[in-house]
Amino acid sequence: MSIDVAQLAPLAIIIPFVGAALSLVLVHRNRMQRTVAIGFLALSLVIEILVLIQSWDAEPTAVNLGGWDAPFGIVLMVDQLSAVMLVVSSIVSLAVLIYATGQGVADGDAEGPISIFYPTFLILVAGVSNAFLAGDLFNLYVGFEIFLVASYVLMTMGGTTQRIRAGVTYVVVSIISSVLFLIAIGMIYAATGTVNMADLSVKLADLPVGTQMQLHLMLLIAFGIKAAVFPLSFWLPDSYPTASAPVTAVFAGLLTKVGVYAIIRTETLLFTGDRISTLLMWVSLLTMVVGILGALAQIDIKRMLSFTLVSHIGYMIFGIAVGTDAAYAAVVYYVAHHIIIQTSLFLVAGLIERRGGSTNTDRLGGLARLAPVLAMLYIVPALNLGGIPPFSGFLGKIGLFQAGVDVATWQTYVVIAGAVLASLLTLIAMMRVWNRVFLRTPDDADFPDPVLLAPTREGHWGAGAHQTLTARNGDPAQRVSLLPRLMVWPTTILVVVGVGLTVFAGPLFKVSENAAANLGNPGAYVEAVFGPEGTPGGPVEGGLDDGATGSSDSGLPQGTQYGNGETEGLQEDIYDGSTPAPEDTATEEAP
Amino acid sequence: MSVNLTLLIVMGVLYSVGVYLVLERSLTRVLLGVMLLTNATNLLIIHAAGLPGLAPLYSSDIDPQNYTDPLPQALVLTAIVIGLGVTAFLLGLIYRSWVLSRRDVISDDAEDRRVAKQSAYVEEEDAELPEDTSEFDDEQLEAHERENEKRHHREQDAAGDDPSGGEGRGSQSSFAGSGPAPADETGNRTDDDGEVRR
Repeated sequence: MSIDVAQLAPLAIIIPFVGAALSLVLVHRNRMQRTVAIGFLALSLVIEILVLIQSWDAEPTAVNLGGWDAPFGIVLMVDQLSAVMLVVSSIVSLAVLIYATGQGVADGDAEGPISIFYPTFLILVAGVSNAFLAGDLFNLYVGFEIFLVASYVLMTMGGTTQRIRAGVTYVVVSIISSVLFLIAIGMIYAATGTVNMADLSVKLADLPVGTQMQLHLMLLIAFGIKAAVFPLSFWLPDSYPTASAPVTAVFAGLLTKVGVYAIIRTETLLFTGDRISTLLMWVSLLTMVVGILGALAQIDIKRMLSFTLVSHIGYMIFGIAVGTDAAYAAVVYYVAHHIIIQTSLFLVAGLIERRGGSTNTDRLGGLARLAPVLAMLYIVPALNLGGIPPFSGFLGKIGLFQAGVDVATWQTYVVIAGAVLASLLTLIAMMRVWNRVFLRTPDDADFPDPVLLAPTREGHWGAGAHQTLTARNGDPAQRVSLLPRLMVWPTTILVVVGVGLTVFAGPLFKVSENAAANLGNPGAYVEAVFGPEGTPGGPVEGGLDDGATGSSDSGLPQGTQYGNGETEGLQEDIYDGSTPAPEDTATEEAP
Repeated sequence: MSVNLTLLIVMGVLYSVGVYLVLERSLTRVLLGVMLLTNATNLLIIHAAGLPGLAPLYSSDIDPQNYTDPLPQALVLTAIVIGLGVTAFLLGLIYRSWVLSRRDVISDDAEDRRVAKQSAYVEEEDAELPEDTSEFDDEQLEAHERENEKRHHREQDAAGDDPSGGEGRGSQSSFAGSGPAPADETGNRTDDDGEVRR
């Protein structure tokens, strides 16, 4: 057997962890720490790209950790969805990390407490990768916890009053969602005796309908809080905008999408029966409309973006609710598009804050002349998010609408109408910011920031992206760069990648369709984990009454109930190793 | 599957008290509620193992039915550790919040309160917009005319001590301030008018 690149997938988790440990050791050597963090993240990006190429049109692959077979050991699953999410998330987090480095270097805070930023950020990335790869419900929970705990630290970094206030809300809401998830895991284990997702895919279908529904809804509520689906989205616009710009950017790009990813897995793998698509349909409509109405009421750019983030989660939920292969293909594409666009918009908001001194639109104006580069960086993703035709936002939305029209129930038409409306309102919200922040002159702002007025007096209008602001005492050594290169070019790269989603829409839609085809066929997933024979009977009698009938007579799991996998041989090996029973020795000789 | 009723009741009590505490505004009570909720969940997972049996140390003499299921214990162990870390972090946050603001309650978001106070007539910006873009400042012209009229009046009855001295100065200043000041004044006025008209 040649080297299977998919088996490298665990490195996507391990490398960021090692990087985190190293950068924690190097906490007093800033330059070294930055290099290590960026280097390790880039390395894991390279590996993830290799994994993506390998799994481009392959079946799902299982990686058994520690060499233990599936229901006993932990498996990581690699399919197109996982691989695409890994690559996109690593691109985004690498760009954000460089941006954050630029911000730190530009501010010259070499001695600040910010140096725990790098280890924490890498742990966040490791947790997100773990969640994308988990083939085991409890491992998914652990992945969630890893990135959540890291996100608590990043959210409250600096410990200002505002961040502590928002941070407490965020932490408590996240804990509640984790507790709900854990309750769901406990109940699922009590009902089926396994937490392996492939195993569950088979066993959950045998449960009574009411039990299935309850477990299903428990999981969806837990993931819905994470993904900020409408009635559970109240916490997001409250907490995200208070964090620093790179942190908000990575949260907005990645964390909600992990929730969406978990919902996709729940719907396609665990509970394949289609019972709650109507509920999801209405929830998606409410998420879109309520979210965007919230965005229209905001005057702060970051808060406005947070509300559009909530609103656009609705599109993904709509695709999941439609549930055809075409819909899932569009969802995968849309998720990739949204991660990149939303992150780049938040990074641009950070640049606006840096250049204009505020993200409050009442205080901003005239940035199009002061910083034309910034204006370009804003308008491209803004139009993209609003769904203007050549861009990927349009392509993703048209894919979703097409899938909805194919299903052709009155509900999908209603939701599509709502989605078009939400898209239009998004455009209005984005263009209002454009008009106010970039087009009008600073004098027209209600309370213009002095930074914006200062250059007019000194005659520096339009001096470009690399202006510096002399400190009040006029000491040239304390000049602060308003738009440092190291912050501008990661943003530029992300914006370019966002445009690239349009240029390479063909191959991307192809891989999305492959992903959707695999999602629509959970049998392939199960087969990847357990081999062609199907799932083995678990050795643990946690089930409702499986345990009583399964293996009480012989004391040995004979495994006939679910088919004979290789794992059964493993069980017998373990058992036989110390049992002198004659029939057991006979079976030992058999393999 | 049989369960231990005592543990079940304890779990129920922990959940109910925990939910009650989490809904409080005091941060310390929220912390206590979170602790109760996580521990109740740990109990729930232990329930998933069924009734307790022998310790799962392998021996060939023991019927596998008699073992306790070890997996939920492993899960609970992980969950306890995670709960510990999160609780410690939350405690740190609460302490920091106390140091900063000397209050133990969750305060509202200032921005939320601003949006809530905002009048239903949101188009105030749009109503203001013509003022922003027009090249000829009508208000200035008007003020200028008013000024001229007043000057005429003043010249006409120049004899008496005119009370319009103060007024004249006021209008003059509004004329001189060609920037945002008059726009503000008129903006407010049109806004009020618009609201009344609606």
